[in-house]
Amino acid sequence: MNDWVTIYIDGKEIKARKGDNLLKVARENGIDIPGLCFLEKITPTGACRLCVVKIEGRPGMIPSCLVAVEDGMKVIAFDEELEETRKILLNMILSEHNDDCINCDKDGDCELQDLAYKYGLGIESRIFSPIWKDIPQVKDESSPVLIYDSSKCIKCARCVKACYEIQAKGVLNFAQRGINEYVVAGLGVWADSECDGCGECVQACPVGAIAEKPVYGMRIRKKDVDRRVVTTCPYCGVGCQLELWIKDNKIVKVKGADKIPNYGKTCVKGRFGLDFVNREDRLKKPLIRKEGKFVEVEWDEALNYVAKRLKEIKEKYGPDAIAGLASAKCTNEENFVFQKFMRAVIGTNNVDHCARLCHASTVAGLARAFGSGAMTNSIEELEYADVILVTGSNTTETHPVIATLIKRAVLFHRAKLIVVDPRKIDLVKYATLWLQQKNGTDVAWINGMMHVIIKEGLYDEGFIRERTEGFNEFKKIIEQYTPERVEEITGIPKHKIIEAARIYGRAQKASIVYAMGITQHTTGTDNVLSLANLAMLTGNVGRESTGVNPLRGQNNVQGACDLGSLPNVYPGYQKVNDPQIEEKFEKAWGVKLSDKPGLTVVEMMYAATEGKIKAFYFMGENPMVSDPNIPHVKEALESVEFLVCQDIFMTETTQFADVILPAASFAEKYGTFTNTERRILWVEKAIDPPGEAKPDWIIIRDLAKKMGYEMKYTSIKDIIDEINRLSPIYAGITYERIMRGERLQWPCPDPSHPGTKYLHKDKFSRGLGKFHPVDYIPPAEWPEDEYPFLLSTGRILYHFHTGSMTRRTNVLPKYVEGPYMEMHPEDMKRLGIEDGDEVKVTSRRGFIKIKAIASDRVSLGSVFIPFHFAEAAANVLTNDALDPIAKIPELKVAACKIEKI
Amino acid sequence: MKLQRAHVLVSVDPETVMAGAKEVEERLIKEIESRGLSDEIKVLETGTLGISGKGVVLVVYPEGIYYENVKPDDVPKIVEEHLLKGRPVKELMLPELPVRAVKRETVGLTRKQVRIVLENAGVIDPENIEEYIAVGGYEALEKALTSMKPEEVIEEVKKSGLRGRGGAGFPTGLKWEFTRKAEGDIKYVICNADEGEPGTFKDRLILEGDPHKLLEGMMLCAYAIGARKGYIYIRGEYALSIKRMQKAIDDAYKYGLLGEDILGTGFSFDIEIKKGAGAYVCGEETALIESLEGKRGQPRFKPPYPVTHGLWQKPTVVNNVETLANVPSIIKNGAEWYKKFGTEKSTGTKVYTILGHVKYPGLIEVEMGTPLREIIFSYGGGIKNGKKFKAALVGGAAGVFLPDRLLDVKMDFDNLKEYKAVLGSGAILVMNEDACMVDMLFSIIRFFYHESCGKCTPCRIGTRELLELIKKVRKGEGEESDLDKMIKISESMWKSSFCPLGQSLIMPVKSAIENFREEFVKHLDKEFHCENCRR
Repeated sequence: MNDWVTIYIDGKEIKARKGDNLLKVARENGIDIPGLCFLEKITPTGACRLCVVKIEGRPGMIPSCLVAVEDGMKVIAFDEELEETRKILLNMILSEHNDDCINCDKDGDCELQDLAYKYGLGIESRIFSPIWKDIPQVKDESSPVLIYDSSKCIKCARCVKACYEIQAKGVLNFAQRGINEYVVAGLGVWADSECDGCGECVQACPVGAIAEKPVYGMRIRKKDVDRRVVTTCPYCGVGCQLELWIKDNKIVKVKGADKIPNYGKTCVKGRFGLDFVNREDRLKKPLIRKEGKFVEVEWDEALNYVAKRLKEIKEKYGPDAIAGLASAKCTNEENFVFQKFMRAVIGTNNVDHCARLCHASTVAGLARAFGSGAMTNSIEELEYADVILVTGSNTTETHPVIATLIKRAVLFHRAKLIVVDPRKIDLVKYATLWLQQKNGTDVAWINGMMHVIIKEGLYDEGFIRERTEGFNEFKKIIEQYTPERVEEITGIPKHKIIEAARIYGRAQKASIVYAMGITQHTTGTDNVLSLANLAMLTGNVGRESTGVNPLRGQNNVQGACDLGSLPNVYPGYQKVNDPQIEEKFEKAWGVKLSDKPGLTVVEMMYAATEGKIKAFYFMGENPMVSDPNIPHVKEALESVEFLVCQDIFMTETTQFADVILPAASFAEKYGTFTNTERRILWVEKAIDPPGEAKPDWIIIRDLAKKMGYEMKYTSIKDIIDEINRLSPIYAGITYERIMRGERLQWPCPDPSHPGTKYLHKDKFSRGLGKFHPVDYIPPAEWPEDEYPFLLSTGRILYHFHTGSMTRRTNVLPKYVEGPYMEMHPEDMKRLGIEDGDEVKVTSRRGFIKIKAIASDRVSLGSVFIPFHFAEAAANVLTNDALDPIAKIPELKVAACKIEKI
Repeated sequence: MKLQRAHVLVSVDPETVMAGAKEVEERLIKEIESRGLSDEIKVLETGTLGISGKGVVLVVYPEGIYYENVKPDDVPKIVEEHLLKGRPVKELMLPELPVRAVKRETVGLTRKQVRIVLENAGVIDPENIEEYIAVGGYEALEKALTSMKPEEVIEEVKKSGLRGRGGAGFPTGLKWEFTRKAEGDIKYVICNADEGEPGTFKDRLILEGDPHKLLEGMMLCAYAIGARKGYIYIRGEYALSIKRMQKAIDDAYKYGLLGEDILGTGFSFDIEIKKGAGAYVCGEETALIESLEGKRGQPRFKPPYPVTHGLWQKPTVVNNVETLANVPSIIKNGAEWYKKFGTEKSTGTKVYTILGHVKYPGLIEVEMGTPLREIIFSYGGGIKNGKKFKAALVGGAAGVFLPDRLLDVKMDFDNLKEYKAVLGSGAILVMNEDACMVDMLFSIIRFFYHESCGKCTPCRIGTRELLELIKKVRKGEGEESDLDKMIKISESMWKSSFCPLGQSLIMPVKSAIENFREEFVKHLDKEFHCENCRR
């Protein structure tokens, strides 16, 4: 397909790749053939017929969008007959289109309007009468985010195809036929369909037939906006590039930017859920608690006060009595500055962040097995894997845009998908095989698969011999995991384990994708090690479309880890107790540093209640909702002498603060985020922060100065320069390259390095990959008589983390307003609970009251509660038992009881 | 098979059932029983006998005598006179009828058809596989499987000159060859039995009257191209066809003619029926494939053609019922035999549906190249009630209106092309002097408007614009320029529509307006001669 050919369009000689789309080639070469149904990302439809051309040797007129170029092809794109035909066709389209341009969002940004203008088809010069008035008009306004108006629809099918081919959802189609045709979602009503509001259809519509509702508070046309800014989405770890439309210092519309990694796609949150930035209740001025009440103060007073209190505590109790939580929501530069502040200014390694609660076990496990604790491969490679094994990741809801690639792999590239999940998640619909394990039995099924792979000779002997160590010892453990035994432990029928092993074992390119369902266990590190074993056993590491791919939850959780917001490592995973490293940082920062690894999140809370921690500094974290065993977190926050919170909103945690510092949101500052695939993405300032809110790095810098330590940063560039100097994996990702639009993946050791698409090619980061023999250990807590139900927690599509952003949007609460619990209908029947009843859920930690909804997504005896909602916080119930290595709590398994109220 | 001296076949289809076919059949059985003739005379149901508008129709074999408009009270007379005493009941007999099969001699009728495709329809019991076998059925299959290579089967079909009977006339053997040579192990045969053309029911006669012939044709095709699976896409309204075909398929499995290792030759083939959901456009092969795949029935762009990228993107032959039903005779008797029928470039026979103001509306099978005039005036018996001929719409709804001066056209693929007409579905709608061309064209446009799938602009909106215009003209409210506008719109549709549905409307529009322009102009002056328009 890479052969270059020569074609001639209207006599112009054009070089093109053989098989390229003729219309695309023509347009790229400045020959602007009209067309309305063509969209590069979807298969051509050939519906509008405007792009018809004549091709020598072929009869009649042919739509160029359906033609693949061939060598020597002679094309007539413009002649009298073609233009006459196009004019008639345009007249036809205009006759079925309600061209109420004056009152249309797309005015000035409408492909039909542009063509009508170009061909001079004003209302008076049309051939046909407006038939749209005489045909049934369908208007569906039921979706929270969009409106469909058939009178404007030109039936180009772009929305239908975008929904299926780009988003791999297939919610939309046409109803009726002929002139009565119109677009429907699901069985006919948008709100009742499976539409999740991603808005791909809106973006695909060439006219105003599918229009956004004014979710950002006002109707807006492209020509109304002041500027459009490309930046990185602040929600999950995919790192979607967004185009924010700005008017009067407000975000008024969002589109997907056509850049790596999302190429125009977004989910409902990214497109319709950024209005929290515009909210009136943003923190605008520093607050100090005076006589039990928060009082607005000037910055100087606030920072002086914080500096004074921290200095006092440090002097009185020592630097290790202070602990800080950095933030996976903040930029790389802010995390860098924050951990530097904790280490160089306070003098402690007590710095951690919420990665502890999600992928600490990934970092620990993959570092041990491979030498590098990050996603091995890139997002876009997923689409081209033969086999994708998804486990412990409800990708559709937690990483929606990555889910589209997995679905596309299945739908359009014949990939086989194996889903291993206790819940019947959306991806199960696309799966070749679904293994429903009991929560917390992951080591067992992974070992079981490897048992079969070894027994049936499906392992990669050469890879094991040349690239790994520890195989023989590992093999001894695996021998014990016969499918029969694994069935007993996991509840997965043995034939399914065997089939999964065969599918995975026989694949040329197999990718493993996982998330919290693997990591949030007391055996989290073991689980990760097992997946690493599985990949190494079959040689599925170090090649394209293979690997072990943890999906990181927060926009910048990867970056926060990379930049050293962890208690045991400096930026770039350089150990704090390595003297050489210590010396390097002491030299760079000009102070003596501690070589004692600090405390992790849950350890900090216990240290606080034990009186060892006296002050907390939280930058953009909300442990009162996000952390396990909230009753204990509350106790911890109440027991410290001083608590500083730096945030964009009042949260459940700020209630306990002594000082609250107003921070700028992602849209109000410059910096970078590192997405789940190790890609450094620019964050562009789009608007000014509200009131006196400031970017976090400026706050910390100024505070450091008040404490007697000068951080000489005048811009983000200064910080990036320092990161380049100190962190080898980021050394080549310079400010200049970022500004040039490069979106590089670490490791990138020097400015000429192209970045690393996938890790461990030819050689593992640690040299040889290491097999770890891992035995199955049951979860710390298991349902029994008093607490007979198994509770699992997680995220849903429409909300994010502690809800402080998503619950402040106009639209997302319209999809899901508040807390609920998924429960199996038969369990409900047994307990006499009706769908929608409020029930009391109790665990050994506490209880909540919550609405129970019937769902067959959970298995009998299990319940699931999204953890976003403070008023019925799932984390009141969850167990804070820790993985001994990674110190991650077992958020995915807790025993509970359920009572009817 | 039990030997009986006579068979009575009762045509049972929606039309005859309405006219009381079931009652007639019951009465027949009763009367025969009461005379103690049950062992000698067998009463059978068959599909449509290709005779329309004549009430309940039956045919008595071995003589091949047809009775029309039979009422239950006529039955005793037929049984007494004809079946018992051997004296046909003249007043109930169809006056000049049809049938002379190629091999099967029939008596007493003057008009001679040449029946290859329809040789067994109305002759054997379609629900009895043994009867089909008894008249030489499945001999072609056996011959092919045991003594011919697949390539030889294709060669034979190519040599026979058989061209697709679905309308386009593409050489069948060539299509098979392309599919055989196309890359891929999995291939399909699809029989297009989505007979949706108004006024056409030629395929139904085969489906109902001789289902095994179609199955045999499909099997031969499958063997030739290397397919393991076949589908028959039948129009959903054809309930009896579906029932008969299913029975035939079930029986073929029982006799080892379908399934694994057919006739012990190692050849395996399965056939499944899919019901259409009533969209005209699904008669277009790619729309049919889309529908078969469970999608919205809309056409695909060609190329690639189904021969390389058909069902599930696999190489696929899509053939019309009539095309496939020709194949067993070709393989059994050889290409040379087949080429004796028809013209040089259009070999064989063609089944026509003659409808409208003729004396004998119904189905006939005659050689390719038979002049249209002969079809209408001999086989159709001419215009009934002493009226004058005005026009014939040839080729179905998307056909051409031919006036008297053009009736000498020889009916084959190439000759018709010279008249800018097509063979299409083989429907011939005959109109007498009272017919209103404006009203006719209105009906046709309304049909296309209703059936346009909506995918492409010119067809979706063009049909609507045409409908608005013809409505105006019909009411006498338009201007003469509207007629030219109609031609102009249908020309753009012809040039730029996605599939033949939109492309072909130009034929009726242009031929009606050009050949009968005066009549259209009269309408514009509000000179109506038909009730429909006056209203």
